[in-house]
Amino acid sequence: MSGKLLVPYVTGGIRPDWTRYVEEYARHGADMIEIGLPFSDPILDGPTIQQASHHALQQGVTVRSILDDLTGLNVDVPLIAMTYYNLVIHNPSFCADLAAAGVSGLIVPDVPIDEVDELEATATAAGVDLVLLAAPTTTPSRLATIAQRSRCFVYAVSVMGTTGERDRLGEDALRLARDLRAMTDLPVLLGFGISQPAHAVAAADAADGVVVASALMRMVLDGAGPEEIGATIAEFRAALDGVVVGVPG
Amino acid sequence: MTDLTVLPNGSLMADPGERGRFGGHGGRFVPESLIPACAELEEAFREAWADQRFRRDLDRLLAVYAGRPTALTPAWRLSAELGINVLLKREDLAHTGSHKINNVLGQALLARRMGKTRLIAETGAGQHGVATATAAALLGLEATVYMGAKDVERQALNVFRMELLGAEVIPVTGGSRTLKDATSEALRHWVTRVDDTHYCIGSVMGPHPYPWIVRELQRVVGEEARAQCAAELRTGVPDYVVACIGGGSNAAGTFAGFVDTPAQLIGVEAEGGAAVAFGRVGVLHGFRSYVLQDEDGQVSEAHSIAAGLDYPGIGPEHAFLNDSGRARYVTVSDEEVIPAVRRLARTEGILPALESAHAIAWVIRAAESGELPPFCTVLVTLSGRGDKDIHTIREAA
Ligand SMILES: Cc1ncc(COP(=O)(O)O)c(C=O)c1O
Repeated sequence: MSGKLLVPYVTGGIRPDWTRYVEEYARHGADMIEIGLPFSDPILDGPTIQQASHHALQQGVTVRSILDDLTGLNVDVPLIAMTYYNLVIHNPSFCADLAAAGVSGLIVPDVPIDEVDELEATATAAGVDLVLLAAPTTTPSRLATIAQRSRCFVYAVSVMGTTGERDRLGEDALRLARDLRAMTDLPVLLGFGISQPAHAVAAADAADGVVVASALMRMVLDGAGPEEIGATIAEFRAALDGVVVGVPG
Repeated sequence: MTDLTVLPNGSLMADPGERGRFGGHGGRFVPESLIPACAELEEAFREAWADQRFRRDLDRLLAVYAGRPTALTPAWRLSAELGINVLLKREDLAHTGSHKINNVLGQALLARRMGKTRLIAETGAGQHGVATATAAALLGLEATVYMGAKDVERQALNVFRMELLGAEVIPVTGGSRTLKDATSEALRHWVTRVDDTHYCIGSVMGPHPYPWIVRELQRVVGEEARAQCAAELRTGVPDYVVACIGGGSNAAGTFAGFVDTPAQLIGVEAEGGAAVAFGRVGVLHGFRSYVLQDEDGQVSEAHSIAAGLDYPGIGPEHAFLNDSGRARYVTVSDEEVIPAVRRLARTEGILPALESAHAIAWVIRAAESGELPPFCTVLVTLSGRGDKDIHTIREAA
């Protein structure tokens, strides 16, 4: 892996033309794109993504409509869905439907490793990479299991809390990313609270890249269109590209 | 009859094991950041529950503070009218006016034992919030109660009551602004403060170990009733045991006392919140069970005249008792509830909570339709008193 990875998020269906955000993300240097499939009761999301999800649902958005919007979209970076388990078990062909729409990965934050067997089996059968999450309080033995069973990348949750913008990136987050990197060859991405390019740079010191979500969705909710958001992605990209990728060790 | 309570893990109303399973229901579907807190709580509860000192402390509080044991009252005149033998387990007589106090005293003692200084809770109508604020005041803990903004408006008096007891009430403005959103918000907040905060959940729901802890803390209702029935009834056990279901805690506690008897167990859901009747298997608030949801898998809002039954899910153990056939779940509509309140008030001089009136309403309907055979004995848990509902009852008149 050469550069640091940039993975921006968008809530599916946040606007009728929401896939243009996906295209702009890809055009300005996103390495993967996380697509939120909104759920009525998102227990790991803070106010911004809650609001975005609620708004999308009020517009009548469904998993089906989001996947339909994505089908045939011409972006050449992997798309990763993020949603909650109720929506997954609601539809027996959920993972197959993701794959058919060109979504190659899945993040389900309310399924910890203790409960993951069933989901892992259906994701694997559909050829969908199941991305697992680790938190600052995760014990070393659980970290090892997460690092071993995760696919595509390992999601290092930077805070004890929900998604949402934050002022700074804590030492815990950097330690978590370093611990995980020592356990796996998969990229380790830090997410939750990466709100500014400077946070991304700080994160990149310990991790292979970042997920940026609430800061972008805040802008979208405040009316920012695809071009404006594209420019923000370009800033994150430039900041990450400025990070000198040192030799590990 | 074999004693079903001593069967291995996963069997009826026993220890659900490390994975917190009730058949295919239950579990611990929470973000990784909450796993250590759930594990810590499970370990602490296992220890405390096996510790005679803890049990004695709790029993003493239940006796000298909450007013246990609560009475078992024969409903003489209602029984005569219906041609059956109705017995009421009087949780309405417990301190704060419902069974909720049994659970919060146990959890507050446990929290203190774990070195936590702060309780958080979700509440719908405010009953569990008031009970939590009460236990916190008693034990010198801080309390923060999450309540849907819609409920804060609808239940202004209970908000005032909680504040009077020293609790902070936080209106939740996300989602549908009701109980389910307050529960999500409490879980979100718990993640950020696990060091000093215990999440005092209000019913037999949430991630493992909560459904088990709350059932064990409510078991006192069923065990008392079992002993009282043994003294009161020629047959020793009632033919039917009936309780209303929001999340299912008063029913779980009651059923726990009778699951190993031949008594038929009946859970009564509000028609607008009937997860067993109208829901499908899903995952909400950390557990797998029946959940009311729309055709896309989004969780529906429950609607009942009884705010305490406004929950779109049902405790996982009830889902399992249903699947296994050991208990049966029925529904009662809003329209049947007010007449049941009036009838109990006039025949017995007891004003039941609207939640509890669901159980009474089912008994009246089943007796009048002949579903309940003449002269059978029916134990009904009267989960709470109706004082809190006077305005609703008056408006419905
Ligand atoms: C009086 C009363 N009964 C019943 C319930 C329903 O809860 P559960 O099903 O957990 O007993 C409530 C909840 O607020 C209540 O206040």
